[in-house]
Parts: sequence; C-alpha cells; structure tokens
Amino acid sequence: MKQIQTFTSTYTADVSGVPSALYELGGMSIMHDASGCNSTYNTHDEPRWYDSKSLVFITGLSEMEAIMGDDQKLVDDIVKVAKKLKPRFIAIAGTPIPMITGCDIEANAKVIELATGIPTFGINTNGMHSYVEGASEALLHFAKAFVKKNVSKVKNSINILGATPIDFSINGQIEYLTSFLENNGVKVISNFALSCDVDKMILAGSASVNLVVSSVGIKLAEYFQKEFNTPYIVGVPYGDRMKKDLLDKTKKGENTSEVFLSDLSKSYKDEKIHIIGESVTSKSLAKYIYYRYGLTPKVISAVELGNTYHGDIVKDLKVRNEVALEKQDMYIEDEDEIRDTIKNAKVVIADPLYKPIVPDNAIFINNPHEGFSGRLYRKQMINLIKELK
Amino acid sequence: MLKALHEQNQSVTVGVKLKDVNADAPFDTGLEYGCPARGMWNIVHTGFLVPECHEIFVCASNCLRGVVLTAAEMGTMGQFSTITIRENNVLDGNMEELLIEGTTSIINKLKKKPKAILIYTSCIHHFMALDLELCYKTLRKRFPRIKFTDCYMNPIMRKSGMTPDELMRRQLYSLLDTASKKDNGINIIGNNLTTDDSSDLIRLIKKSKYKLRDITYCKTFAEYEEMSKSKYNIAYLGTAKKGLYDISKKLIQEPIFLPISYDAEIIMDNLKRLANILNVDISNFDFKTSEAMSKLKEAKEIIGDTAIAIDYTFTPATLSLARLLLDNGFNVKKIYIDTISEKEILEDLKERYGNREIVFYPTVNVMMRVNDRRQKEKYFALGQKSAYFTDTRYFVNEVEGGGHYGFDGIKKLAENMIDAYKNEKDTALLIQEKGLGCNCLL
Repeated sequence: MKQIQTFTSTYTADVSGVPSALYELGGMSIMHDASGCNSTYNTHDEPRWYDSKSLVFITGLSEMEAIMGDDQKLVDDIVKVAKKLKPRFIAIAGTPIPMITGCDIEANAKVIELATGIPTFGINTNGMHSYVEGASEALLHFAKAFVKKNVSKVKNSINILGATPIDFSINGQIEYLTSFLENNGVKVISNFALSCDVDKMILAGSASVNLVVSSVGIKLAEYFQKEFNTPYIVGVPYGDRMKKDLLDKTKKGENTSEVFLSDLSKSYKDEKIHIIGESVTSKSLAKYIYYRYGLTPKVISAVELGNTYHGDIVKDLKVRNEVALEKQDMYIEDEDEIRDTIKNAKVVIADPLYKPIVPDNAIFINNPHEGFSGRLYRKQMINLIKELK
Repeated sequence: MLKALHEQNQSVTVGVKLKDVNADAPFDTGLEYGCPARGMWNIVHTGFLVPECHEIFVCASNCLRGVVLTAAEMGTMGQFSTITIRENNVLDGNMEELLIEGTTSIINKLKKKPKAILIYTSCIHHFMALDLELCYKTLRKRFPRIKFTDCYMNPIMRKSGMTPDELMRRQLYSLLDTASKKDNGINIIGNNLTTDDSSDLIRLIKKSKYKLRDITYCKTFAEYEEMSKSKYNIAYLGTAKKGLYDISKKLIQEPIFLPISYDAEIIMDNLKRLANILNVDISNFDFKTSEAMSKLKEAKEIIGDTAIAIDYTFTPATLSLARLLLDNGFNVKKIYIDTISEKEILEDLKERYGNREIVFYPTVNVMMRVNDRRQKEKYFALGQKSAYFTDTRYFVNEVEGGGHYGFDGIKKLAENMIDAYKNEKDTALLIQEKGLGCNCLL
C-alpha cells in the first residue's frame, strides 16, 4: 500500500527545506505552525542550530486562530519581531493546517512587506512534500530578490547551486569542492547556500557556468539560465575522473550544453546494484562507481521531486527526472515498491534506515543522508567529494 | 553593503525582575523559538512505556519526521510505523480509509504481532473531523487479539483544553480495562521516570500492605494490565493530574494527588495523608528531614554565592525549588519559565525576595535566540535550558523532577548539586540528546 512506512524513515519535509536553504543568508524564516515543526527542524534537519544564531521561528498557531482565520495575528507578530531584529528578508513557510484553512501565505507576505519595508516571501509549503520543494523555492525567491542584474560575466567561473546540510551535512564537502575549483583555476562566484557568503551571492549572475549539486539547485539553475543565460551542469564530482570532467566542462563556459551526469544509459547492464536516495547525489555516485569499477548501478530516487502547488506536476517531474535520472533509473517513494524493486538486489547503497527492507542476502553499504536519518549517523558521514579518488 | 545583523550577539531586554512578574502573563507572546535542549520526553518516548506495543503515527510528512527520528534515536524502529497524509486524502475525504487500511497493511507485515497498538492522529484529523470511532471499531473487529488505543499528536490544541502532554499521560493507561475485583495494589501513574526507591513516597508504600505498581516497572503487557486491579492511583506531577481523575473514574480506582514540592510542610502533609489512606503507622518512620537539610547545607557551603539559574524542565515545582534554595542562602538569580502555575509561591517570593536581583526569563520568546548567552560571572544551572541560556558547563542534568520525591528528593538534589558543581559537563553533547533517561543511539 502507498503512503505507508512500516519499517523505514521519512524524508525532510518542504517546510524544513525553507529555513535550511536560507539559514545563512541573514533573513528570518517563519514556519506558520502550532508547534513541532520547530523542534523537528532544529533537532533533525538543522545541524547548525546550536552554534549559530539564524532567525528561525514558528507562529505558534492555535486552534482558535486557525478556526477564526486570524491572519492579522500572524501579520502583527511577524511585523513586531521584524522591526526589532531587522532581518535582511522574511520567509514564511506554510504547514498542513494553514493549507486546510486556506491561509493565503503569499498575500500575508505582501502585507508584511508593506508594513516593514523588508522583502518578504510567502512560500506555499504544506508539510506534505519533500525538502527539495521548500529549499528550491526559498533559494529561488532569494535569487529573484537579491541577485543583481546587468553584471558582466566572469570567464571560467561558477556558482554551486543546491548545497544544504540536508544533502551534504556539515562535514566540509562544499568547502572542499570550493577549494578544489579555486585551486584549479575556476573562480567560485557563490554557493547557494552552505558555508556561503551573502555578498558574493548577489553577484551570482556573473558566473559563466552553474553547477547543480542536488535536486534543490535545479529550479535555481533554470532561473539563471533564463535570466542570465548561464548554462548549467548537474552532478557532484566524486573521484578524480569526475573532477576532471567538471573542470573541462566548466572551462567550456558559455558553450557548454552537456549535462555532467547523464551518460550511463548506453553502458547500463542490470547488475542488481541499487543506490537509493536523492537523485543528483545518488546518480553522481553511480557514475563514480562506473568510472572506478565499470559497474552501472540503478538509482532509485526516493526523494519526491514533484511540485504540486505550482501547477504542472507531470511537466515538472519530467524536467527534473530528465536532468538527474536516466531511463534505467526509477523514481519511487513508497516503501513497499522500493522493497519490491530491490528484492533481488546483490548490492544496495543507501541510508542505514533503509536496511530493514533490504534483502538479507544483499550486501548493504551505508551511505547516511541527513535528509533521511537526520543527525543519527552524522559521525559516520564521509566527505565523499574529498575522499573518493 | 549588507551585513548579517542576526549573527551578532545582542544584549536585549527579555527578562522581568521578580518584583514585576505578572503571574498571568509574565512575557510577551507571539512568534516562538525552540532552544536546543531536548531532554524532555515527547509523546513517542512516553508511548513506549507500554510494553510490547507498536506505535503508528498518521500525519503529514513534516510531522512524521520528528517522531520517526525520535524512534530511530531510541532504537525502537522495529516497533514504529507511519502513515503519510497527502493533499489527495484531505481533498477526497478518505482519512478513515487511509488510517484503517494503512494500519491493516502495517500489521500484516509485522512478523511478531504487538499486544497493543497506539495510533497517533494529528491536527489534520481534528480539523477534518475524522470518525475515530469507526476506525477503531473496524480495526478491533479485524484484529481481535490486538488492543488499540487513540493517542494524539495535535499541538494546535496546546493552548486549549488538555495539552498533548497531559493527554498522552492519560492515554497511556487507556489500554487498561476496568477490573471488577480490586486487589491490594497501588499505582503510581503519569510519570515517565521511575520514582526513587529511597524516596519517602516509595518507602511509605512499601511499609504498607499495598503492592506498588508503576508502568515504568512493567516489562510485559500482562504486567501493565495488572495495573487495573489496583485500588489506588497516585500521581504527583501537575501534568498527570487531569489524567489521574479520568483514569481513576474509568477504572473505578481511588485517585490520590500528592503534588511534588520542595516545601517541608507540603511534603509532610502529602506523606501523612498517604499514610492515613494506607493505614501506615508513621510514629517511628524516618522521613530523613534532618539528613536532607544537612546535605543541603553542605551543598551551600560548597557552592557558596555562585549565581544559580533554574528552568521549568528541571522540575515542575520550579518556584517551590527556587524558594527552598533562597531560604537556604543560595544565590538564585535567573529563573527560566514561560508560564507560571505556582502563583501563591510567586507572591511569597515577591514579598520576601522582591528586592533581590532575581530575573525571570521566557524560553520560547524569539529574543532569547539573539540574547547574549555569555555571562559576566560563573553560573551554576539546574536544568538543561538554564544551562544552555547561561552558557555553563556546570549543571544538574535532570528533567521532570528526576524521579525524586519528598525529603529524600531534597537530599538527592543536594547531592547532585555538589557533584555537578565539582564536575564540568559537555553541555552541548548532553542537552541535545532526546528524552533523558531513554536509550539514545547518538
């Protein structure tokens, strides 16, 4: 049966994706929620919570406010705090009850923006989708509001798009990738948005190429392509050969039209090796394994990529699957279906919380993902960008 | 150039001096912040006190995320499942079908069938008027050997009616059936933590003819079911009080509420009342009063005038504890508490200590996020939140009263204070573990 997780976990939701993506950018993220979203976010989805003071709050929605549709309280409470703390921007993320009561998050955001003069984004999350939705929408709003237009392109330069701790933890992967690129003559203009510099992000339009390192970055890459004519490549450079590919393609600059990942389908053989996880990082790992061992794993993209609150679900899914996945790969969210798909697997590479549905006779390789198991296996997370050769 | 103002520590006025605290509305309300102290138990931890049970949460994925990882960190994923609500369920109105068929699918996949299943519905069900009766009736018919009960993850109700915490402490006993014949049992109910064997309360019960039962002792579901045979129910936490009366009424048991306190008179009144009910002769009973006060004096000599901070997660009798410490010369300076239920004690503190620099702070007010945690002097904290907010490595790491009670509880408190004052702790590591006293795989 669909929508049932008998043995496994669930992915970080859209509402947590919003503050995660915006955490370092000097804004204030508000989850319009009764309670629970804040502790879930700051316990399991946000490794930076203890040591840095980003402004992430909940509205503390009560039964009576929801029933009476008291949006004025939402507006007043946010305006009051914003005037004291003066954030660079305000982002409001919705949750299930505001969705049910028909709270117009975007309209409320406009009212708040008028009252405070602070750019305010209403993001129509509802807690029913994956972090990819919330995080990518949040970064898109930020880019639209703050990235400067009319900037000159910098030759051989790059933005890293879609970096959050949900996919990359805080074990130095993005910092290592940045150093690697810089040390090899590629100027990193900005990264959206982990260990990032906000003042550089506003110059992101000047990059000659964008590198999408997770599904979170795809919408943003499409935006930069449309607005700044910046081409993008997709993938995480695991291992020496992929790193070389990345440098080659980056140096092609504006002429590049090749997507970094998608060239395994011709070589694909059904070797019963499965990687379960987020599509871009998983597909990158598949490509690394192909380069390193000549094997062609099948990727099961288990993180929802759809976008139901902006209309065209099928189109959106198709675009994203085409970007990240190939025909041999699969997009499956449901535990039963994943279990059925891997029932004859010889090797499964996945987060440890998938282990209960992996066949006993398959070799299971731990690949912890904060988006699935939170902080539980953080100490085991390897800086794959650095360590894979 | 844009600057990240929020990263700067700000010295903001959040606290309210003792003399100015308004018991009914101590602080501004509005947006809320969650500090990273996680030792308090949540409804997942509490539910697993029922032996041989399975928990099923039914909600949107953002709500499921926190509870499933609570179970994962406890190492109880084998007894935990979830059912995800999507927009189509809200629009189609098939919430009952999703719950019934989802639960059925889960049960059919479990190799070992649980004795009981706790199904947690959520705010969405409340708003969509889920027919819970139909759901449970159908499931009980399908699985007659399994007991089902209704639990709730509905934080939207925390400001109206019973709070989710109070509700959970009641529903924990809802799997018990009324026993027609009572025995000489006495239950302690509503606690997550086991009460100390050395406490006055337990010693007094053990001196009586009554057999003590407590869900925290139960290893099997059969042992849990025995609780329905007891004649009396005792609760001592405020959050268990409403449940105490409801459960006792349903199970035809006598409720005894003996509120936790650090006030010698109240402690003695509680114990005498219990002794009277249980018909125990206390003429020669050692209440350890002098031992407790002597240990507290020793703690004062060691801790001296070090500034002390207390928070509400340390003990529900927060102000009672503050008064005990102030009365014994301790330098209590900060109290972290969001709402005040001990109103009489507050007025007493104002009258007697209102001229002292004692400041009350909220824990959820957004300004606590930017308030500078660094202190000008060394702080000693009682509780995880006060340890976090005063940025100290010297604190007593307990929640919910720590299972201590009575004069023995005061003695334990003093012993723990001495130990914590002498031995620094890794605050960040300890306070971020969920559910203090549960298994934690971190």
